[in-house]
Amino acid sequence: MKSKADKSQFSKFLSDNGIWVVLVVLIIAITLVNRNFLTPQNAVALLTGESVKGVLTFGVMMAILSKGIDLSTGSVAALSAIVSAALCQQATATKLWAGLGTMPAIVGILAGIAIGCIVGFANGWMVAYLHLHPFIATLGTQLICRAICKLLTPGPVSKLTPGFRFLGNGRIGPLHMIVLVMIILFCISAFILRETRFGKSVYAVGGNDQAARVAGINVESVLIRVYMWCSVCAALGGILLAGRSDSADPANTGLNYELDAIAAATVGGTSQTGGICRISGVAAGILIMGVINNGMVMMGVNDQMTFIVKGLIIIGAVAFDMRKNRVKA
Amino acid sequence: MADEYILEMHGICKYFPGVKALDGVELQVRPGTVHTLMGENGAGKSTLMKCLIGMQPVTEGQIIYKGQEVHFKSVQDSIHAGITMIQQELSPVLERTVADNLWLGREPMKNKFMCDNKALYVEAEKLFKKLNLDVDVYAKMKDLTVAKQQMVEIAKAVSHDASIVIMDEPTSALTDAEVEDLFRIIADLKSKNVAIIYISHKMDEIFRISDDITVFRDGTYVGTDRAANLNHDKLIEMMVGRKITNMFPKIPCPIGDVMFKVENLSSGKQVKNVSFEVRKGEILGFAGLVGAGRTETMETIFGMRKKDSGKVYLNGKELDIKSPRDAIDNRIGMLTEDRRGNGIFGLLSITDNTTVANWKAYGMPMNHKQMLKDTEEFNTKIRTKTPTWETRIMNLSGGNQQKVLLARWLLTAPDVLIVDEPTRGIDVGAKSEIHELLSKLAGEGKAVIVISSEMPEVMGISDRIVVMHEGEMTGIIERKDFSQELLMRYATGGSAIEGLKQTVNAES
Repeated sequence: MKSKADKSQFSKFLSDNGIWVVLVVLIIAITLVNRNFLTPQNAVALLTGESVKGVLTFGVMMAILSKGIDLSTGSVAALSAIVSAALCQQATATKLWAGLGTMPAIVGILAGIAIGCIVGFANGWMVAYLHLHPFIATLGTQLICRAICKLLTPGPVSKLTPGFRFLGNGRIGPLHMIVLVMIILFCISAFILRETRFGKSVYAVGGNDQAARVAGINVESVLIRVYMWCSVCAALGGILLAGRSDSADPANTGLNYELDAIAAATVGGTSQTGGICRISGVAAGILIMGVINNGMVMMGVNDQMTFIVKGLIIIGAVAFDMRKNRVKA
Repeated sequence: MADEYILEMHGICKYFPGVKALDGVELQVRPGTVHTLMGENGAGKSTLMKCLIGMQPVTEGQIIYKGQEVHFKSVQDSIHAGITMIQQELSPVLERTVADNLWLGREPMKNKFMCDNKALYVEAEKLFKKLNLDVDVYAKMKDLTVAKQQMVEIAKAVSHDASIVIMDEPTSALTDAEVEDLFRIIADLKSKNVAIIYISHKMDEIFRISDDITVFRDGTYVGTDRAANLNHDKLIEMMVGRKITNMFPKIPCPIGDVMFKVENLSSGKQVKNVSFEVRKGEILGFAGLVGAGRTETMETIFGMRKKDSGKVYLNGKELDIKSPRDAIDNRIGMLTEDRRGNGIFGLLSITDNTTVANWKAYGMPMNHKQMLKDTEEFNTKIRTKTPTWETRIMNLSGGNQQKVLLARWLLTAPDVLIVDEPTRGIDVGAKSEIHELLSKLAGEGKAVIVISSEMPEVMGISDRIVVMHEGEMTGIIERKDFSQELLMRYATGGSAIEGLKQTVNAES
């Protein structure tokens, strides 16, 4: 009897943390092919490369948990990047907004975040009060934000002040700021989900919005805050991206990042049916997507093959999750 | 033997995680008869039928159909073999027409690839004509009343030329005239040697149409007999396993001053000018037929539904309630009717489900220890059975889920507790525990409002009963005057007996 209980405990542990097993297996497999994969230098390259998408993932994860989705994150990142970068161009640069002096980094960053707040509020409001399907609402803002980017500037905004670039490009000792930002965001997300009433309310709204209303949760307010959180994360991602590459490009910055973020959150076990999300799983999801991106290059696999592997992993992960949740139901 | 019965089920067991839904159940059905299954909600009738038609696999047991052992793996299998079922909860495709729904999955075909859209409607009309039913086959399903939808569902089941038709509470949403239509169809089927397995709670109906009756209790088989050998009381005793008087342990308690008062409440067409008051320590019952507006009245009070007019007072103070949050902040709790729909969070733990209406009280970061302590305290008090407090609530039985929801509302320490169909779909044991609990709560000086469609229940636990009919109050009855006949008269909109009319007037 007892051993049976142990066994089910073990299989529960496996099914709850299977995603980490997948990650370890992937790392071992790639390392076997190319020894250079598992080196500190490459780990740094991998993490700095994935940080922006990671930040976006912690945002969209919340939207998916609430039984929604956010397709606008990539465009919001671009818009935030362009506006904040335009405020923090070096004196010698060709200014996007001629006549505007160089602002302190904090002004640029806050401007970017403010954009996130505005777009997020709009998304949340449309979902909560107009009852638009989040897919449609955020598809709309995705197109609009990208178009505004292109209206603001035909080409990249570049030559940014070192102060502004610090978040995306700086270091404290060996630690890259961009990675630190992602880790801090992970901690904040975990705190929100586990320790705050808001976090628990998101689970409740995603799991059963009718029941949430009856239990006294202000569903509209929760949804607005969810989409604001999501867009603020995206805006922060844009600021990091601009700082890292020293430019914000209306056409390419953050392009298709929303899909990578959704993929990472999904692979990490965040269920599209709402109400299911483990922050540790999402962290693993981000790392898995990073390991595939980076590892496939290290193995000399071409781009298209990488996409095929990514596609298969996403499908496989969701199929696994569906099975798991069906057994429990 | 093989000739006598068209269907035999022996020793059927069905286990769900943590619950024995069926334990060694027997059923033998003769062709050309109506065989009624009886038992309290949750006795396993519907589960047994789902096992029969292959919707759920049986854990153990043998099913013999037309002399051969069968194992249907899917509903398609059983339909193919000649067994169709009218589900208790309908699932029509609302945006499609009646004819589309009728032939769903077996549309008449022009050739291999193309549906014969003309035949679709012509055949549907023919079928309804044959059954003598008045349904517009071109109407969209969503535009039909629930009763008409039910008739479509019945026509669909009949149209399969089945040997066995299972009807799971087919009359719950039907008007009297439509019930007659249904009985006519049933008689017609019987004459064609079709066996009907009939599930219902309505005694009159059962004795009118049944040939055989099988009774279940808590997932076990109690017995089978010819309907002619049974009567009301015998049947209830078989179902409950004890005299019905034990079902409602009402603890007499002193009734105080008026605590909660509703004046001229209206909301849309479902709630018209409702006024009542509840005293401290009183249990006020709400009776009426399905759709009488009882739930809607309570939803309006609780802020789930827009109030057109009317006032609500608690302890003499007028309340302004616009959302459930406002209601909870004013110490009103409401256990809703639709446990799955707007009660439980299936994916969340017992702890979260218990504390959700009280999350405000746990600070930030949230005090998980306190949450667990409260969960344990309140659920232990009302004897919720669960492996751990972290178990997802969807893994509990209906009765235990209901107890967790009760714990949720008790934790908010309400002055007024509204419970809507508190014992629907839960087993007999848990049922009387919940009755006891409600009685105790009233004894603690709360005002309790109970909506129930089960007359014995509402008569058993209430001090007074408000009866509603089509959104209006038709009467208030004092405990000493309780009788099924009077309740029924009010519930069907009938006028009051002269003497009682005065009581009602005095009340309002």
